[in-house]
Amino acid sequence: MKVYASVLKLRLLIGMQYRAAALAGVATQFFWGFISIMVFEAFYEHAAITPPISLKELITYIWLQQAFLAFVMLWFRDNELFDLITSGNIAYELCRPADLYGFWYAKLLAQRLSSALLRCYPILIVAFFLPKPYNMTLPPDVTTFILFVITLLLGLLLLVAISMFLYISVFVTLSPMGSLLIFGVLGEFFAGLIIPIPLMPMWLQKIAFVLPFRWTADFPFRVYSGHILQTEALIGVFIQLGYLLGLLWLGKLAFNAALKRVVVQGG
Amino acid sequence: MSLYFKYLQILFKSQMQYRTSFWLLSIGQFFIPFSVFAGLYFLFERFGQIKGWEFFEVALCFAVIHMAFSLSECFARGFDTFSSLIIKGDFDRVLVRPRSTFLQVLGSKFEFTRIGRLLQSAIVLLWALSNLPIEWSLFKAVTLLFMVTSGVLIFTGIYMLAATMCFWTVQGLEVANIFTDGGREMAQYPLNIYQKWVARIFTYVIPFGTVNYLPLLFILGKTEGNEILYMLTPVAGSLFILPCFLVWQFGVRHYRSTGS
Repeated sequence: MKVYASVLKLRLLIGMQYRAAALAGVATQFFWGFISIMVFEAFYEHAAITPPISLKELITYIWLQQAFLAFVMLWFRDNELFDLITSGNIAYELCRPADLYGFWYAKLLAQRLSSALLRCYPILIVAFFLPKPYNMTLPPDVTTFILFVITLLLGLLLLVAISMFLYISVFVTLSPMGSLLIFGVLGEFFAGLIIPIPLMPMWLQKIAFVLPFRWTADFPFRVYSGHILQTEALIGVFIQLGYLLGLLWLGKLAFNAALKRVVVQGG
Repeated sequence: MSLYFKYLQILFKSQMQYRTSFWLLSIGQFFIPFSVFAGLYFLFERFGQIKGWEFFEVALCFAVIHMAFSLSECFARGFDTFSSLIIKGDFDRVLVRPRSTFLQVLGSKFEFTRIGRLLQSAIVLLWALSNLPIEWSLFKAVTLLFMVTSGVLIFTGIYMLAATMCFWTVQGLEVANIFTDGGREMAQYPLNIYQKWVARIFTYVIPFGTVNYLPLLFILGKTEGNEILYMLTPVAGSLFILPCFLVWQFGVRHYRSTGS
């Protein structure tokens, strides 16, 4: 466990170096946030029936999404790992005296964490002080906030577990584009990145509930705004844990199977 | 001009060498805007309208801007990936050739896989047009053509501005994405659903409003006053590329090689 912790720490420090790039990213995300809020505002203005999520909750949802984008995006990837697999340099990785699944997991986790840590503060702080109705609001009470932190972290662990499958699939296909596309388009759609889950039609929501993607981001964000009640949130935590353990187990299984078939050509 | 087509032909042939990869990427490009469009569709299913705009009207808006975007990404990709030319020092080679820098950079790269994206928006366009009660006239057809062309020119202009920045910063700037990707996302909806100041910036500073909002009013017959004026707005918007061109020329004169 100590090995993984130090990998995590090291990668976190490396990731934190790119401050200027993060700042540019923050500007872009602000713009995105504003645009989507204005679109929803326009939709809500003449809504005939009351939508299942209030505009205030939705705005908080969008700002959280922008602040923690690194926790949602499946596109966010490590090209280094893809290169390792396709170029055969994986042989070096296999020499390391650590379990490779855990090693990569820690690495990917650190990347997302550092990216989010750099970006979330400026976005959250400014979003709080924006004029109404664009500002973000505090969670209703302390318990909700604690639940939010727990679900968010579990969501992150879950997302990294999902993204591990992306890398595993490259062992088979040798080109990351196809899997990236499927994971990127489907995963992000069902994580509520394009439209929030509560605004989807019923049949689509049912699909989203079965898939693990919504538990990574949609769920914690709605816990924060109080849209998901605390008792429900508690049950959700257990579902998240279940998914996490299941996916980790499956991932490790698939990873080891893929590693067994690895052929490294000399050269 | 014939040089441009030479470039086009050679790069097309070279990309066609990897046929499977080309088709897979094209299919991928089809699905990215598809999921965005699906989102838009579901929102309309729930809300019915957006500030008085119907689904098919917004779909038309969506199709025009996405068509313009995919065309410009295909043909002006050279400017989009310009920072790599600077970093590698390849721009020095461009300068010593007896042709304009604009043409050579434009011809340095094409991204033909955007055909998938183009196809998706073309389907949306046809679907929207067949469901809208528009009284067609020659003027309206021409306007539609103007809209797409003007969109391509504006996106190209932004790419050029971003590329010019590279002369000073060497690295490409992510901020430019606000105006390309962000502009595209925003112009998916008619401009008047946004706050006044946003609509103003994107009409008078970066004229996305002239690509699809103002002429769209004319096509849908929602205009008041002089129709010719609305029809000609895309042409006015196209003028955006002229200052961009001048800035580019200015940037080229201030170029210092990275020497690598």
